Amino acid sequence: MLFTIEVNNKQIKALKGETILSALNRNGISVPTLCYMPKLSPTGACRMCVVEIEGKSDLIPSCSFPVEEWMKIRTHSPRVIKARKTLVELLLANHPDDCLYCVRNTNCELQKLASEHNVRERRFHGRKSVLKLDQSCAPIVRDPSKCVLCGRCVRVCSEIIGVSTFEFTNKGIDTAVGTTYGKPLNLSNCITCGQCILECPTGALYEKESFSLLQETLHNTEIYPVIQCSPSVSVAIAEEYGIKAGKDFQGLLFAALRKIGFRKVYDTGFGNDINALNVATELADRIRNNEKLPMFNSCCPAWVKYAEQYLPELLPQLSQQRSPQQLMGRLIKQNLFTANSISPEKIFSVSVMPCTAKKFEAQRQEMTFNSVSDVDMVLTTRELAKLFRLNGIDFTAGESELADSPFGIKSTASRLYGISGGVAESVLRSLHFQLTGIEMPQVKVPKIRGLKARKDVRIQMGDFEVGVIAVSTVIQLQQVLKEIESGKSVYHLIEVMACPGGCINGGGQPFTKDENALTARMKAIYDSDEKDSVKSAHKNPGINEAMRLIIKELEGNETHNKFVATFEKRSVLL
Amino acid sequence: MENGYYLPMQRFLTREILSRQSEPPDKEELEIISFFRHERIKNPILFLGSASCGKVSGASKLHEEILEYLNIYGINGEIHEVGCIGLCSMEPLLDIQIPGKTRVSFAKVNSDNLTDILDGVFNNTIISDFVLGQYRSDFLEPWPHTPFIEELHFFKYQKRLILRNCGIISPGIIEEYIAKDGYRRFIKAIRTYAPEKVCSIIEESGLRGRGGSGYLTGQKWRAALTTADDQKYLICNADESDPGAFMDRAIMESDPHTVIEGMAIAAYAIGASRAILFMREEYKLAKERMQLALQQAKTYGILGEDIFKSGFNLTITIRTAPGAFILGEETALIACLEGKRANPRQKPPYPAQSGFQKKPTVVNNLKTLANIPLIMQNGPLWFRSIGTEESKGTKVFCLTGKTVNTGIIEVAMGTTLKEVIFIIGGGIPENIPFKAVHVGGPLGTALTEDKLDTALDYEGLRKVGANMGSGGLVVIDHNGCMLDLARFYMEFLQHESCGKCIPCREGTRRMTEILTSITKRPANESSHETLERFKGIMQLESLAGVIKETSQCGLGQNASNPVLSILQQFRTEVEEHIFDRNCKAGVCKELRVFFIDTDKCTGCTVCAKKCPTNAIIGTPTNPHFIVENKCIGCGICYETCKFVAIFVK
Repeated sequence: MLFTIEVNNKQIKALKGETILSALNRNGISVPTLCYMPKLSPTGACRMCVVEIEGKSDLIPSCSFPVEEWMKIRTHSPRVIKARKTLVELLLANHPDDCLYCVRNTNCELQKLASEHNVRERRFHGRKSVLKLDQSCAPIVRDPSKCVLCGRCVRVCSEIIGVSTFEFTNKGIDTAVGTTYGKPLNLSNCITCGQCILECPTGALYEKESFSLLQETLHNTEIYPVIQCSPSVSVAIAEEYGIKAGKDFQGLLFAALRKIGFRKVYDTGFGNDINALNVATELADRIRNNEKLPMFNSCCPAWVKYAEQYLPELLPQLSQQRSPQQLMGRLIKQNLFTANSISPEKIFSVSVMPCTAKKFEAQRQEMTFNSVSDVDMVLTTRELAKLFRLNGIDFTAGESELADSPFGIKSTASRLYGISGGVAESVLRSLHFQLTGIEMPQVKVPKIRGLKARKDVRIQMGDFEVGVIAVSTVIQLQQVLKEIESGKSVYHLIEVMACPGGCINGGGQPFTKDENALTARMKAIYDSDEKDSVKSAHKNPGINEAMRLIIKELEGNETHNKFVATFEKRSVLL
Repeated sequence: MENGYYLPMQRFLTREILSRQSEPPDKEELEIISFFRHERIKNPILFLGSASCGKVSGASKLHEEILEYLNIYGINGEIHEVGCIGLCSMEPLLDIQIPGKTRVSFAKVNSDNLTDILDGVFNNTIISDFVLGQYRSDFLEPWPHTPFIEELHFFKYQKRLILRNCGIISPGIIEEYIAKDGYRRFIKAIRTYAPEKVCSIIEESGLRGRGGSGYLTGQKWRAALTTADDQKYLICNADESDPGAFMDRAIMESDPHTVIEGMAIAAYAIGASRAILFMREEYKLAKERMQLALQQAKTYGILGEDIFKSGFNLTITIRTAPGAFILGEETALIACLEGKRANPRQKPPYPAQSGFQKKPTVVNNLKTLANIPLIMQNGPLWFRSIGTEESKGTKVFCLTGKTVNTGIIEVAMGTTLKEVIFIIGGGIPENIPFKAVHVGGPLGTALTEDKLDTALDYEGLRKVGANMGSGGLVVIDHNGCMLDLARFYMEFLQHESCGKCIPCREGTRRMTEILTSITKRPANESSHETLERFKGIMQLESLAGVIKETSQCGLGQNASNPVLSILQQFRTEVEEHIFDRNCKAGVCKELRVFFIDTDKCTGCTVCAKKCPTNAIIGTPTNPHFIVENKCIGCGICYETCKFVAIFVK
């Protein structure tokens, strides 16, 4: 039901039951917010969105107050502005004054609020909370002294992801966001998906970076730096430069990476193809033998960590294939050694991922060969953008280039890995061929496409009706597992992505306030699926060569598990 | 019938009394009632004040000593542990009733005077040094030359309704409560009234929430009653976290069945079959007594399924959590009960629509619920006749600070502050002039002498800019420093804020810091610190305003009250602290300035040697002198001087 309210002496339409903020936003009136998260229930913690309502003695938080018909609202009266400014000043009074050194400098919501409200003097002096920097976790650094206690990380972790690593601890002035028993992050149940980093308005959460080491390596002639780049990076990185989301910059990106000084530039998409093919083979075997079903993907390291922590009984059901990044890492080092006689210790293998959990995956103990890491460093999309800036490279200028061979060719299915449902779709394309010996008549599976958190499809493949479900975020998985347990649903393949929407919305992607960015990134990927003719992993001609390399190794020595992933129960404080 | 409390026959008869309701009790039942009211006793009964206040004053030890005394002299007496009559400063209290005589109360009983008191009473004489007073009774012979309790100033001006049984009956014996008409109102309500009718009665009575907000209880109930749902909840809030407030604890320890009956009637009125009594974990004794009382009520069939064949079911559970001031906020309390962090949330929706487990819930303060049995018994009109136009009934206050009598008092709404402090409280000891009274706990306001005629009711207090809060009254005499008090409350609040909204969390911290800076000497003389401090005070007012209008819950909205009240009413005192750096009361340690009395100083040089800042100068055997600018007020010289030559100004 629509009714009219008065805002700043103008009539606007509001819907019954919505909050004041939602009515204002729909009518193009903006009010500053800090703790507000569009998809979640409001907490009204920051009070930044207060507005003045005629007849109310107090200022009303618009994010959590239902709109009513009699309301006469003023969003920017002197009283409101004074209150907001004081709130920002209070926050700044307990914030380290080190913006210039902060990772979020120029990209910080608190900084923006301070500048919007014209804060020009330090009115409040006094003690600042001193809290310890937590660098224990491989991908994520937490600086609690920069925390403004908006609670967005707490809510994203518990309500969207479903892990609840963070919670408010203590009370009053000692309130802080912390982990269970205040343990460091590496001992907590954090699955390192990095969604909290995307939510954090300040520099309290950020990915761990080691630019100086990289910079040094790039200019060290002794070392052979190579890089692989995930397909989800190229559709998002441009947003860091203020370019509207939705354009794919893969070719230009490859060219720019070579300009920085990487000797070889590979496409992780090739790894996706091998992964899809192997998973399909594995799944076909399991379906024929009817064992260890449903099978789960293991290419999302955050999901793998979750399974190791919470669902150790399901670990045998995880696909035993390495993730594309680690597969590529192994292949790159192996190939450069056999083809160019470069010893693996001399190679510095970097990967660019839309993900923070990949940083965790790269340093897992089993991801090494003869004590040499397969992937030496993982950069996020954001970090790559910083690297370009550091080296003065505008990647949007110049000519497109191709990835280096022998891993240069890839199917369009490989690109789908970036979206929740994409892994399942690429696996299905190859699975059909594996199970029936003929190609899938219609390779597109629209039912598991899109940004929905849960998508499922049943496809008849020869004698088997294959049930596939794709879920993003583990909170959705918990629901699906309950259904499976109760016998309500039967699936053969369950694809789990830790981040909502999949890798295009990974914890390493650019910060964006654009609600349509995700859809645009997704569209760019689906568009690229239309372009090429090779649409399935098993039809990738390059794979044969890679497979030969793998098989040679498998036969060659005892380290036959080099391409197989192992998982084990992980005890953390849950 | 001696020692026969648990005879099945008596149980049966007591239950009969409950189930009969309308007809007047027969002879046998009257006898039971009379027995449990101790109207005719065969053996002496000793009532020992054994609430927390009594226990900390030594009641447990006394209990053993009395037993020993009775054993030695072969007296067949019983010791009843009773609660607290409110005179906490007089604990431990021991009442003795010997057959035929009225119950007589002795104050401040200890091991030294116990034997004298007991010797006296059992020999039919009373040692008047220790006596407090005797209880009036129609059936018993009064002691000569002994005042009646209700004639004492402390009690005379009180109107003890909620506290009527406190300290009188044994909290552990349900029959005593039933003998005082207990539970009959509840049974009557569930048998003869519709829930709607009970709501109307309470609405008509004009009862308002005693937790601080003063919202009309009947309206709250009706909102929950009219919200349709399969499950509703009643929550009784006895968390009580104001510093210096302990009336909920006293009521639970002294008269637990009143609480249960109030809760039961309220639950019936809103249609809740489950009720939760929430109290802080620290209230061990109260929890113990409440648990026992619940057990007894269950045995009598007062709680459980199909209570007295009315079809009404009710379970009451006790829940505890570490006490926190924020739990006074109902949404925070509900979150806490749900196992979440105790943060308040934005209202609407109100708990009456969506509360505990998203079900309609009424959260009432314990003192509100304790009123319910009385209103049901005497009717709304009776209740309306007590108190003032807008505020009906009585109010329990905790009188603490600098008065002769401290403790828990209950007065009719509208009683003036003067009456409470100077008559009931007995004035300020040693005739030190009165300075202020802080009303309403940490979120309250200090009132000066000219406001002493303020009537203690919701509107009266609002008129002078104060609020009732949960009913704390702290009396401050001329030796108290208002700044120090405000700082104490602000420090309390900055730690008790839930930490969720910025204005309350960060604002209280900065206000505390500004206040603290004023109670200290400037660290560096050369800077313009006086100016800075003055600016701080100017900011306090603007900051307080923002905190007030942007905070989410009552805690934040009222957090600046203590500061605003001293700024308005004690401006000179604040200015003295800032400009003269002087705390007249000598409370703010770091502002103290020490002087040497030249007549007394022998020039022993000890103080000069001990002074950490070399502020004391002088030659041996000649009087010394303190350089004011150098003195940091640490007080070491004061403590070390053997000749009492150093004094504070």
